Amino acid sequence: MIARLRGQNGSGLRETNTYLGQKYIVADSSLIPELLQVLRDQEQFDYCVDITAVHYPDREKQFEVVWILYSFPHNERIRVKASYSETDSVPSSVPIWPAANWLEREVFDMFGIPFDGHPDLKRILLPDGWKGHPLRKDYGIIQQDQEWVQINLGIESGQ
Amino acid sequence: MTDRPTIDRTSHLELEQHEKTFLDSNELIINMGPQHPATHGVLRVILKLDGEKVLGTECVIGYLHRGVEKIAEHRTYTMFNPYVDRMDYVAAVSNGLGYCEAVEKLLNVEAPRRAQYIRVILTELNRLASHMLWLGTHALDIGAITPLFYTFRDREEILKIFEKYCGARLTTHAFRIGGCSYETYEGFEREVKKFLDFVTPKIDEYEELLTTNRIWLERTKDVGKISAKECIALGVTGPVLRASGVKWDLRKAQPYAAYSDFDFDIPVGENGDTYDRYIVRMQEMRQSLRIIDQAIGKIPDGPIMAKVAKVMKPPVGEIYHSIEAPKGELGYFIVSDGSTQPYRVRVRPPSFVNLQALDMMVRGALVADVIAVIGTLDIVLGEVDR
Repeated sequence: MIARLRGQNGSGLRETNTYLGQKYIVADSSLIPELLQVLRDQEQFDYCVDITAVHYPDREKQFEVVWILYSFPHNERIRVKASYSETDSVPSSVPIWPAANWLEREVFDMFGIPFDGHPDLKRILLPDGWKGHPLRKDYGIIQQDQEWVQINLGIESGQ
Repeated sequence: MTDRPTIDRTSHLELEQHEKTFLDSNELIINMGPQHPATHGVLRVILKLDGEKVLGTECVIGYLHRGVEKIAEHRTYTMFNPYVDRMDYVAAVSNGLGYCEAVEKLLNVEAPRRAQYIRVILTELNRLASHMLWLGTHALDIGAITPLFYTFRDREEILKIFEKYCGARLTTHAFRIGGCSYETYEGFEREVKKFLDFVTPKIDEYEELLTTNRIWLERTKDVGKISAKECIALGVTGPVLRASGVKWDLRKAQPYAAYSDFDFDIPVGENGDTYDRYIVRMQEMRQSLRIIDQAIGKIPDGPIMAKVAKVMKPPVGEIYHSIEAPKGELGYFIVSDGSTQPYRVRVRPPSFVNLQALDMMVRGALVADVIAVIGTLDIVLGEVDR
């Protein structure tokens, strides 16, 4: 499978490897929409298990978005990773897997990564008016949107 | 009261005002929850209705958001362990199992056989407890009060075993990274066996109350149908997926702990309706009993903890490990940067992803069916919101 993908995408696949028995692909962000489509249509990764992100503030491209996929016909998992900078937007995979809808909303909510083409991109766990994205590394663990708390809860602090 | 800004949560429901005539003036937006007995916690559902017919729904979640994933980045691997119990708080043992196994994989250690057997027994007992709680509350939502008393009475026996084993009934923190921290107590095997003998006829009793009950059939047959294809597209797992006819259970597909040692079947349904999901869960309870029965007789001797450093520093790398929790696939994606604290912990909660299917399942149904479908999805808001 990896060989097939390599043949199609050439040097765009930066790394294809196995760690602790789990396959992963590090892909160039420009390849992502086609690669995910190919993985579903040709390699039968029909179940999008999870979409999440990791924040690396020291890197040039700060966000690494991770797609965890599973194939029912092959009983196999794969992780696809791609890096994005703060100004980039990630192509939405809702047209590929409807399951991506809430998962992408959560990534947007927690990291502030916009997904291009998402049907209804808005916060999911935090209130709509909240400022900041808590899972970024520069967001403190007891930090909160003081203004929102004061206006909506009528108290000085939520702690 | 200060003036609060109104938050427009209903924008996507296409609320364009069309010309009002007497006939189409009955389109209605109704707010259900977050404080509502049938939403099993703090779930808010905005319903768009035409009379009593549901045209669309929107879930508003996050009322129970505690930032578990953020907390994980500020705790050591060991310190974070009790937090995972607070996600799916009716199946805390499963949460702990998934987390411990994920970190063990990252550390490249394996729990000893004895610990794995104890893990399987407690996890299956917990699956039983979770399904019992589901059955009681689901039946109550639909209008059958009796099963609630029956299931809570019997669930108590499981909680007593947990309490005796680790001192806690719900948020058990039963496992440690590398094995179990407690040896089984004196008479553990005897008590579990006694429990099996006690509970097997009780499950028949629940079925007698509901399986052929005409009201139950009317309320659940063909309600909240979802096909296998739709389940897979929406990422729905667990009993909901199996009730639609997909024979997929992570305990068989990618066995973990000691599950490959035991014989058990994967119950599947055909129609993917609320009744099939009920049947699948009832059969799953019996299969859990089967697994416990096999495991309890042959718990191997030996240590219960593998050699794990007091200060854990997993090598740099990532792991995704998932288990079959009572509600579906519960996954942990952990990124280690080589320090004592995880760099990132992502929890893939089954309830969160399954809840996404609610909108599809209730379109065209009645308001009363929404209650039935929320119940049949078996969500726990602690896990949806984390």
